[in-house]
Amino acid sequence: MKHSRVPGRVLQGFIAVFLYAPILVLIVFSFNATKSRVKFEGFTLDWYAKLFEDRQVLSALYLTLVLAVLSALAATVIGTVSAIGLHNMKRRPRKALLALNNIPVVNPDIITGVSLMLVFLLCVSFLRSLGLRAGLGFTTLLLAHVTFNIPYVILSVMPKLRQLSRNTYEAALDLGANPFQAYRRVILPEIMPGVVSGAIIAFTMSIDDFLISYFTTGTSVQTLPMVIYAMTRKRISPEINALSTLMFLTVLVLLIVINILQSRDQKEKERRFRAVS
Amino acid sequence: MPKELIRLVDCTMAFDGEIVLNAINLTIHDKEFLTLLGPSGCGKTTTLRLIGGFETPTSGGIFFDGARINDVPPHKRRVNTVFQKYALFPHLNVFENVAFGLRIAKIPDGGGKKSRLPEGEIEERVQGALELVGLKGYHRRRVHQLSGGQQQRVAIARAIVNRPQVLLLDEPLGALDLKLRKEMQHELKEIQRQVGITFVYVTHDQEEALTMSDTVVVMNHGNIQQIGTPVDIYNEPVNAFVADFIGESNIIQGVMHKDYSVSFAGRLFECVDSGFDPNQPVDVVVRPEDVRMTPPDGGQLRGTVNSVTFKGVFYEIFIDVGEIEWMVHSTSAPKIGDEVGLLLTPEDIHVMDRPDLFPEGAEALTLEDVDPEPEFEDGGGDGEDGEEA
Ligand SMILES: Nc1ncnc2c1ncn2[C@@H]1O[C@H](COP(=O)(O)OP(=O)(O)OP(=O)(O)O)[C@@H](O)[C@H]1O
Ligand SMILES: [Mg+2]
Repeated sequence: MKHSRVPGRVLQGFIAVFLYAPILVLIVFSFNATKSRVKFEGFTLDWYAKLFEDRQVLSALYLTLVLAVLSALAATVIGTVSAIGLHNMKRRPRKALLALNNIPVVNPDIITGVSLMLVFLLCVSFLRSLGLRAGLGFTTLLLAHVTFNIPYVILSVMPKLRQLSRNTYEAALDLGANPFQAYRRVILPEIMPGVVSGAIIAFTMSIDDFLISYFTTGTSVQTLPMVIYAMTRKRISPEINALSTLMFLTVLVLLIVINILQSRDQKEKERRFRAVS
Repeated sequence: MPKELIRLVDCTMAFDGEIVLNAINLTIHDKEFLTLLGPSGCGKTTTLRLIGGFETPTSGGIFFDGARINDVPPHKRRVNTVFQKYALFPHLNVFENVAFGLRIAKIPDGGGKKSRLPEGEIEERVQGALELVGLKGYHRRRVHQLSGGQQQRVAIARAIVNRPQVLLLDEPLGALDLKLRKEMQHELKEIQRQVGITFVYVTHDQEEALTMSDTVVVMNHGNIQQIGTPVDIYNEPVNAFVADFIGESNIIQGVMHKDYSVSFAGRLFECVDSGFDPNQPVDVVVRPEDVRMTPPDGGQLRGTVNSVTFKGVFYEIFIDVGEIEWMVHSTSAPKIGDEVGLLLTPEDIHVMDRPDLFPEGAEALTLEDVDPEPEFEDGGGDGEDGEEA
């Protein structure tokens, strides 16, 4: 018996509408010539131009990018080294630590944010008691981003390590490489696709984050999502639409890059498999 | 005999308390082609990994050129390995795979410092190694663009380009088809002759071991059963396991009557073996090509032809003689159902200790204990198996 495909198609349609209609509205109205939020009254790029004159937006953009790059770099280094360490552990402790690693990923951001804030405040008051100047700001923000990014890097590198045959590392040693050289020249190039996509995921997560940043930064340091949030509170302006559109497109491009990397990797794996068999 | 290069002394290897190698002793000489032969899981790879430095023995010593190397890490041993599953580096092309060891190597220069090999020498040696394994012109290929046999050759080139004193090869031809395997056997021998280094070779293919080796080491269950030249191992196996593993054999349980006289298959035979206890149970091994078929009354045994299979050069014939089925190789084929006689000369009868019947301190079993169920009697068992069926 053949099932009708119509209900499935309809469902898919609904899902697409629910997911993308809001973003589509956002994009369309970022080009709206007037401030109306209900009627499209002509095409303009003014809001984008305005955006690039807005000093608050520009400095937030700069901060967000610096924060994303630095936190992604740090998380990639720490996460890759941790993944290698985890990989070399015995089965049981490895499983336990990997489970621990997953907790921050599924933990609600607000809890991560609040708990990080509490820790930072504790440190700040300790430092102040020593007579030092300290407060929430860029440093705490960066620490928070590195912290929540590390698990994503580990999750992205682990599968590549698991694909390696045990003999690959041993073959490098056998040919005279010391353990450091073996990691530098053989293991790292082999797991590179995982490291790169881990770095991009971390970068994206960092740009994307609002809640954790909100709790862990000081009053003077604002990321782009925080600026957008603040704008919606004060003045309703299509500038918000333009800014959001740009952020959406950036994240979209990054996701596409990750996808391409991973599917290329998959193809490579299949090719190798065929070559061996 | 050339000088001794590697020596394993009472090497025991245990994983999680389970003994995988049982106090093995092994001497490997310079320029020798030595083969570790044994069934799957007998500890061949583990032995190789001990020599390569990837495992440290639980007890015992490993000596290289007289120096104890138990704690020397793999990258400091003058030994290279061709792994069971090649283990090439997929992110590098053929040239860079082979050049890997050379790019890492440091050579002492005049001033007491160490420097890298010059690019020109690397190029020359890599091309030389590729030519040696018959892969000239393949240097730009990616590893996954090669067939299994070609990948195997790259693995060999990658190892020998470093001019190790010893090359360890773990079933390097295991993944190849029969024809290619024969070719590569020949080529490997040729390579060994040309580079003049020691090969420690692992295989579970007895024919491969016999045709390629100077010395064969037969292993079973983590124990070395016999060490000898291929001819010795084939002609003078020390026990039934070796006899059975090396070529096909008729293995019959019997009893040593006295020196030069053994009883099996219901009668006494003259033999060339001596030095057993009187009435000691033994294994009698007779190679199928040593059994001669005669007219029914012309031999010591008489039986009926059960099956005849053409094997190319000879026929494989099974002959029922009472409870025992004999395997005979002959160039002439009798008909199924024919009555034939079997003739054994004393030189064809090899008498061997039966190790599993002789746990230390146990008393020798007598004739009555052994005879009734020759195929299944295991000594010491009280027959739980098969009673209920
Ligand atoms: N790392 C390890 N941990 C636990 N047991 C191991 C380990 N390596 C090998 N063994 C065990 O040691 C025994 C011998 O293994 P080994 O790999 O030496 O066999 P092999 O003779 O090379 O067999 P094959 O012909 O199948 O390759 C096996 O029973 C195996 O399960
Ligand atoms: Mg093995």
